[in-house]
Amino acid sequence: MNQREKEEYLRDYSILKAQGKPFFPYAVAKDGAMACVVMVVIIAMSLVLGAELGPKANPTTTTYVPRPEWYFFFLFEVLRVVKPPSLVPLATIGVPTLGMILLFLLPFYDRSPERRPERRPIATITGIAVIGAMAFLTYSGANAGSPTAIELKTPQTVLNAGGQTLAEYEAGKKVVAQSGCLACHKIGENGNDGPGPQLTNIGARLERQGIARTLVNPTAPMPSFKNLPPKKFNAVVAFLTQLK
Amino acid sequence: MPRLPKLPAPPLPAALQAPPPRPGEGNGKAGPLEQGKQAGITVVDWVDERTSLSGAGRWLLFRKVPKGTNWFYTLGSATMFAFLSQAVTGVFLAMYYRPDPAGGAYESIRHVTNEVFLGQFVRGMHKWGSSVMVILIFLHMGRTFFFGAYKYPRELNWVIGVVLLILTMVMSFTGYLLPFDQRAYWATIVGVNINGTGPLVGPYLSDFLRGGGEFGATTLSRFYAIHMLLIPGLLAALIGFHLYLVAKLGTTAPPWSKAKERPELLEAEV
Repeated sequence: MNQREKEEYLRDYSILKAQGKPFFPYAVAKDGAMACVVMVVIIAMSLVLGAELGPKANPTTTTYVPRPEWYFFFLFEVLRVVKPPSLVPLATIGVPTLGMILLFLLPFYDRSPERRPERRPIATITGIAVIGAMAFLTYSGANAGSPTAIELKTPQTVLNAGGQTLAEYEAGKKVVAQSGCLACHKIGENGNDGPGPQLTNIGARLERQGIARTLVNPTAPMPSFKNLPPKKFNAVVAFLTQLK
Repeated sequence: MPRLPKLPAPPLPAALQAPPPRPGEGNGKAGPLEQGKQAGITVVDWVDERTSLSGAGRWLLFRKVPKGTNWFYTLGSATMFAFLSQAVTGVFLAMYYRPDPAGGAYESIRHVTNEVFLGQFVRGMHKWGSSVMVILIFLHMGRTFFFGAYKYPRELNWVIGVVLLILTMVMSFTGYLLPFDQRAYWATIVGVNINGTGPLVGPYLSDFLRGGGEFGATTLSRFYAIHMLLIPGLLAALIGFHLYLVAKLGTTAPPWSKAKERPELLEAEV
């Protein structure tokens, strides 16, 4: 905006303002009505949805799946989708920081005097696209599992076998994801590489019996899984055996 | 600029005209209503003589708002109202809360939720009010963005608005830990660790939040102080500045309204 455009805007605005109505009582009445709507919505949400209190915080549990407040879901989803460790800081800090900087500086790089949304297509389309992307990420973040869920292509042999084998494979995958194995083991693109060995090809290196023995009598600091219910334990073994 | 003289009011028969108010009606003595009114005027005058605030009040309340402002223009004040609701419910919750990670925090929230009169209701209002406030702040921001209301001369107010958005998110993040249940605890650990992966200041920021290298006893009181003292103070001060700028620069006109060609003729009609 150059000096002429600035002065033009100020002149037009002062005319529009002079033709307007006083803030009190016209705008105040509208604001008051809106405040009542907000109050009613908050009270209704409180009455209908209540305020649940979960179990007491327990720092020793390893299986709890953390979930943030819903308006951080989009960030949560970005974190879930981006798996390689080198890219994680970029996704968790880089994207939001960049977004914040772009938001802060918006009036300084968008300097055209035009204000009508249909006459600034780039801004309007970008705005709608960002809202759409955030809505989509929030939606998929709300429906997704935890960031510890394992994303892995089911081997063709298991798919062909189907039935019992496939069900056990899926169940085992879930138990492994929930048991905190990924804190020390890497499976494909999931989890941390170390201190435990990679499990991506564990089925090729160890027999079914060997895997079961390691789960019951592991080397410290890995905890023993002999207390898992037999069904879950067998599922874990079946899942790991299929990792070839 | 020459002004047209105002036309006199149409003549009405005397019976339809309201009688002019008379001082000390009745038998010459002021009634209690009139005495009360006079007392109010005296007090306001006394304060105004010493503060000169009435000018500011008039400036704030009777400034003109351009034609065509619609319901979208109430989103900002609605956000502020949600903030006030959070402040009031927060004060009541603070009367019961104990920032004690050894069990006191969870116990006090359980006490509020299950035993205090209307406790669950107020806690629910605070919990869901935060969601309402975040939604409203985004809607308000969307209106400002699509209507181009952040442009000259309101750039600074946009920047303050972004700071208010970030502070609101920080409020939500720090408040999430305070009930100290499983959900709160683990979500906060993840959040602080995400902070720690940030470039340059990341590790220092998460050390500051945790009050040390490990998530420990000081973490909760730190979050409590940030949630109860630091951010609300900043929010209130910045909201005040935000409002001052709105009043000073004026509410934006809708982008579609155009000033008429010859305003000097129209102004006389108003």
